Amino acid sequence: MMQLDNLYQEVILDHYKNPQNKNLASDNDAQVHHVNPSCGDEVTLGVKLQGDKVSSINWEGVGCSISQASTSIMSDLLTGKSLAEANSISDQFLQLMQSKGSIEGDEEILEDAVALSGVSKYPARIKCALLGWMAFKDASVQAHSKEEK
Amino acid sequence: MTLDALAIRKDFPIFQRTIRDGKRLVYLDSGATSQKPESVISAESDFYRLHNAAVHRGAHQLAEEATDIYEGARQIVADFIGAQVDEVVFTKSATESLNLVAYAMGNAPVGNRFHLRAGDGIVVTEMEHHANLIPWQQLAARTGASLSWFEVTPEGRLDLSQLDSIINESTKVVALTHQSNVLGTINPLDEIVKRAHEVGAVVVLDACQSVPHMKVDVTALDIDFMAFSGHKAVGPTGIGVFWGKAALLADLPPFLTGGSMIETVTMTGATWAPAPKKFEAGVPNMAQAAGLGAALQYLSTIGIENIHRHEVALTSYLLEKLSAIDELAIVGPKTMDARGGSISFTFGDIHPHDLGQFLDSQGIAVRTGHHCAWPLNRKMGVVATTRASLYLYNTEEDCDALISGILDAQRYFAR
Repeated sequence: MMQLDNLYQEVILDHYKNPQNKNLASDNDAQVHHVNPSCGDEVTLGVKLQGDKVSSINWEGVGCSISQASTSIMSDLLTGKSLAEANSISDQFLQLMQSKGSIEGDEEILEDAVALSGVSKYPARIKCALLGWMAFKDASVQAHSKEEK
Repeated sequence: MTLDALAIRKDFPIFQRTIRDGKRLVYLDSGATSQKPESVISAESDFYRLHNAAVHRGAHQLAEEATDIYEGARQIVADFIGAQVDEVVFTKSATESLNLVAYAMGNAPVGNRFHLRAGDGIVVTEMEHHANLIPWQQLAARTGASLSWFEVTPEGRLDLSQLDSIINESTKVVALTHQSNVLGTINPLDEIVKRAHEVGAVVVLDACQSVPHMKVDVTALDIDFMAFSGHKAVGPTGIGVFWGKAALLADLPPFLTGGSMIETVTMTGATWAPAPKKFEAGVPNMAQAAGLGAALQYLSTIGIENIHRHEVALTSYLLEKLSAIDELAIVGPKTMDARGGSISFTFGDIHPHDLGQFLDSQGIAVRTGHHCAWPLNRKMGVVATTRASLYLYNTEEDCDALISGILDAQRYFAR
């Protein structure tokens, strides 16, 4: 059970039961819909920017505890960050997910998202954990390019 | 004769290993793919070790042996499903078999009985696996034919109340599954086939979930085409079967063209070999055909009726136990009437992916997700389900393990 406990840490179950920012806004700068075709999980995610800063990440979605908690954690973590910071944190999270358990993740930077480190030992679940993050990446790029126009 | 599942398990090497730090393997995912007995693994490897050569080519002993094994496997398949040997086409998968018939129809020129155009109809059902839905959507898109379907009732049965209007004079193809891979429902073919033939349509049966589990006799069913895969019937991956009535295969244009499937070739054209060769371009999956032959022999030795009885008893046992769990909702028929051994369910607030993960930690293998039947999931009002699917090597002990695993998961995620 130890490895399973490592996957389903308290923080993850908390976010699953009480997801943050799970309330889609109507005035987003960009909104995307991402699915995980292998399991049917879906997320609709919106981003608002103020200049170079992520002022809001809001979302709706259905899925497993890992995808829902990860999206919730991400939305908390990246809101208020600059786009460059948000991208850098996302890259570190991606690295953590692809590490097969070889790194623990920097809690200073990833905060609650380090609780998802156990996912990296379950290849089938990595996509679940990345669903919201990939949606953010997509939406933030769209919002940013819209702002530049 | 009753079936001794414990003795059968000894034929399957995989049951000697353990899962997740020493747990006994409880394999409840045979609907996705079945495990393989030693005789199948040996037949496949023996082909490579002892007989490997390209079939139907080469003037040497190995080529003769390879051809004998390959054609022998075809005969075994034919006997297994009550077909004539030349009606059995080897493909790489059931998915390829279904694409073969759909693409071949799309290739049919004006004047050919399979030619489709605007105004013609293709009928499917809401409970199709994507493999028996998308090829028909695509064929409709390419030809201008319309696609319509039988809906599924809340109980998980086909709604046949509109049978005569859904299958009508313009219908050319009725493609449906014999047994739903999600619901376990076994569809009533008699009235559908009768109505289809009344209007001159052909019936294409997806038998992936039925041929491995019960007696399927194509002659008795009076269907026109059928597809199934080897790997769900204790056979290897990489081998599927496409069956068609001889007279229809004679008129059906080829799908893949190339070597082996021709009669004569010039620089500007070619004529086709008769079926089944017409549909087997290229060097086929020979070792896998050998493995499929061994697989069907294995099932025949145990007796497909015995396997079916065993599964009915086990499914009935598991259905009863699952039904007694609070907050567990079975998605599909709750009785054994016209039902096979795939049981899908949802369980309270626990997402199937999380339940599956917990069960895995106990050595229990189940399938989670939409099971390649997304429209059906939507219809049944579920995002995803957990599915346990049973086969000849499963026991009541496996079912009990699933039940206690589910109850343990409830406690685990409630913390």
